[in-house]
Amino acid sequence: MSQEHTLNPEVFPDEPEKATLEGKNKFLGFWFFLGGETVLFACLFGTYLALQGSTVGENTAENLFGLELVFIMTMLLLTSSLTSVYAMYHMKNNDFAKMQVWLGITVVLGLAFLGLEIYEFYHYITHYDFTFRSSAFGSAFYTLVGFHGGHVLFGLLWIITLMARNAKRGLNLYNAPKFYIASLYWHFIDVVWVFIFTVVYLMGKVG
Amino acid sequence: MSENTNSTTTDLDYKKAKKKEEMKQQVVTFALMIVFTIIAFTMVTAGLDKLFVIPILIILAVVQVGFQLYYFMHMSHKGHEMPSIMFYGGTAVAFLTVLTMLVLVWW
Amino acid sequence: MSTTIAQKRGIGSMLWDYLTTVDHKKIAVLYLLGGGFFFIIGGLEALAIRIQLIKPANDFVSAGFYNELLTMHGTTMIFLAAMPLVFALMNAVVPLQIGARDVAFPFLNSLGFWLFLFGGLLLNASWFLGGAPDAGWTAYAPLSTTSPGHGVDFYVLGLQISGAGTLIAGINFLVTIVNMRAPGMTYMRMPLFTWTTFIVSALILFAFPALTVGLFLLMFDRLFGSGFFDASMGGNSVIWEHLFWIFGHPEVYILILPAFGVFSEILPTFSRKRLFGYTAMVFATVLIGFLGFMVWAHHMFTVGLGPAANSIFAIATMAIAVPTGIKIFNWLFTMWGGSIRINSAMLWTLGFIPSFTIGGMTGVMVAAAPADYQYHDSYFIVAHFHYVIVGGVVFGIFAGLHYWWPKMFGKILDETLGKITFWTFFIGFHLTFFIQHFLGLMGMPRRYWTYGADQQLELGNVISTIGAFFMAIGAIVFIYNVIITTAKGEMVSGDPWDGRTLEWATPNPTPHYNFAQTPLVRGLDPLWIEKTEGRKGMTPAEPLGDIHMPNPSILPFIMSLGLFIAGFGFIYQIDDPRWLIVAIVGMGILLGAMFIRSVKDDHGHHIHKEDLEKGAGL
Repeated sequence: MSQEHTLNPEVFPDEPEKATLEGKNKFLGFWFFLGGETVLFACLFGTYLALQGSTVGENTAENLFGLELVFIMTMLLLTSSLTSVYAMYHMKNNDFAKMQVWLGITVVLGLAFLGLEIYEFYHYITHYDFTFRSSAFGSAFYTLVGFHGGHVLFGLLWIITLMARNAKRGLNLYNAPKFYIASLYWHFIDVVWVFIFTVVYLMGKVG
Repeated sequence: MSENTNSTTTDLDYKKAKKKEEMKQQVVTFALMIVFTIIAFTMVTAGLDKLFVIPILIILAVVQVGFQLYYFMHMSHKGHEMPSIMFYGGTAVAFLTVLTMLVLVWW
Repeated sequence: MSTTIAQKRGIGSMLWDYLTTVDHKKIAVLYLLGGGFFFIIGGLEALAIRIQLIKPANDFVSAGFYNELLTMHGTTMIFLAAMPLVFALMNAVVPLQIGARDVAFPFLNSLGFWLFLFGGLLLNASWFLGGAPDAGWTAYAPLSTTSPGHGVDFYVLGLQISGAGTLIAGINFLVTIVNMRAPGMTYMRMPLFTWTTFIVSALILFAFPALTVGLFLLMFDRLFGSGFFDASMGGNSVIWEHLFWIFGHPEVYILILPAFGVFSEILPTFSRKRLFGYTAMVFATVLIGFLGFMVWAHHMFTVGLGPAANSIFAIATMAIAVPTGIKIFNWLFTMWGGSIRINSAMLWTLGFIPSFTIGGMTGVMVAAAPADYQYHDSYFIVAHFHYVIVGGVVFGIFAGLHYWWPKMFGKILDETLGKITFWTFFIGFHLTFFIQHFLGLMGMPRRYWTYGADQQLELGNVISTIGAFFMAIGAIVFIYNVIITTAKGEMVSGDPWDGRTLEWATPNPTPHYNFAQTPLVRGLDPLWIEKTEGRKGMTPAEPLGDIHMPNPSILPFIMSLGLFIAGFGFIYQIDDPRWLIVAIVGMGILLGAMFIRSVKDDHGHHIHKEDLEKGAGL
């Protein structure tokens, strides 16, 4: 079944992710899911904003956050968003090898981001004694940023699984929607991060 | 027969060129996003007045997210009517939620 | 015919069939069984509450146990009875109504059911493991964060798991309705039940994430030492109230809108007239869904949000009476001049209209913020929400079950028993709850386990308790009806009511691919259109060909089981960190099953054209 779907460029459809009914369903269902995720993160952002000042004499946003690390993390994640656009570009051109390369770069950038985030948390805990249990602000900060980090981790596992599973058989109409929605997920992670670096770090630093 | 193949190839070439053109746009979008990010970070490190900085930060973030959605996630393409409805539905609820937490949390 | 085959295969293989099924019609049966089971448990809890309140200073149950009963009654009825029963109807009917062979995500459909079931089982396991949750179904902090024992932990984990199932089910229905409609089935030709399912699924999509976050925060506070709702750490318990009601108010529309859809199907069928004001009905549904997100703070008028906020939410709430009123009048006008047949399904519908209107009127009363300071947390509120939820949702479920029973099981429920059920339940319902308005106005607070002999509340409570037993009798007669019909009832045709919509175009029993040929829809009430033009069935939109169907899978069951196990690990790790191993094992099972699902291709199977011709309907 899947072998039949491996297609040469002439008959490879313009939008391989939406060429089958299953693909169309996945595409739509995933977008709807992202609509729900928007509310999920809004609730976390709202909670964070409500509790931002609740430091009960412990560390505040202003004395904790350093912008250098956050800037590097932002650049890594933004770039990974572009590289996944490149991956989808090559998917649409039915160039599996190049798609895998760009996805690989995306994964590396994502891993670097995640590593820096773990380092950041570790730094706050060891140097500032700022933990999940320090104050309501601490709880809200780690929950919001941690939920995002969890999404990054899940996205990485997802993309790696897809790459490994399909490495030998190449692109077809069965797996094209899977790659496409994984990349949508990755972009959404970046969308959330834009608000995190703006609301949590930059606005936290402004005070 | 040969004519038929020819027209498919030109069609394919056209589509390829179109995708390439679009990819160029994506790179420009990316460059703009990087610029916005740098502006945002610079404004904060420059220590400008917060009443001035915060609205601009929010505008920059919203525009950047718009780029992500419409260019990187292809929401500008056709066939995204339902995704838009549901995504903006979620955004509306999200907006109300955040607003509530900002102004309606009674201390 | 399929039942005899199933019997031959034996119980083991039938059980396996249902554990692995991805067929929406079988999942509907599973939802019905699961929801019915929890409905009985919730009903027993209600009876215990009413027995306790039958006389002043009663000691039928202890104060602590009473708190558990009232918490579990509310939680069970909302999350584990009403919602799954509504999902049972949606699963049974919506794909048929839009002329689809299956839902968009059959695998996820099954996963949604098993998550609901295991979440409900986890929640109810608390009864045997040191006590059920006792902080009310709203679980307001700090009561919920400081409640001793593990009761509230079961609430958090149980609802988290079943809530995930609901969200999945919602997305599935959204995509099904957008992508899987038969040719010609435009949005403005969709039956009202499909429309309400669509709007409800959107509400689920936007409302349930707020519950997810709220439950996570509560879980972190109780089990991992965070301080979201702990004032001594700078936390704020109003955040919980907002998150809960941002979810909670849309939730009541999630329950009532499908009931509206059911009535909008039954009335045209048994009045032999098209639905009056179809367009207005659709827009009223959309409007109710839209306004449903702007009114949550009317549950919080007495929190002290300030007069500006209270006014805004009061006005928004009263505005909902407008689209609801449009619906009430359209139902009445649908019957006007029709040739009306009164049977059990119609009785429930006719009983619904005045009952729900009373609930709607008290709704406008409590929407008036200043007056709400009087009603708040009194039995007036209890009376109000039971009038809308029982008088609306439960009546709707009973009506829908009577109406679609022949579609789901091939047999018509016994009419005499159906009428006995209706009258005992209907009278019992009004006996139970009408008097509670006055008990509330007399000052009886909700959630108190007893009252004093000198408060003159006894007579009203006695009447209320008697009514509750009438409702119980009605429910028992219904169950008896189901058993007797299953054992002795006769199979009917695929269209026993002379129906109007597509689901009645399938033969009885409905083949598992629903339609051998996808039907061509030529207008609203498509089957009726064909009938008026003298045709017996639908005009096919495609030649007979191979049909692609999804494969069954046990993975949804395993995933849900994994989360169920992990739930215990998370709850007990606070006593002993070694329980974290259980949590990790459970999550490992979940992730492992997800991994298998991801890497194992599932292309489904084909039913061949020749077999379709041979089977001719089976």
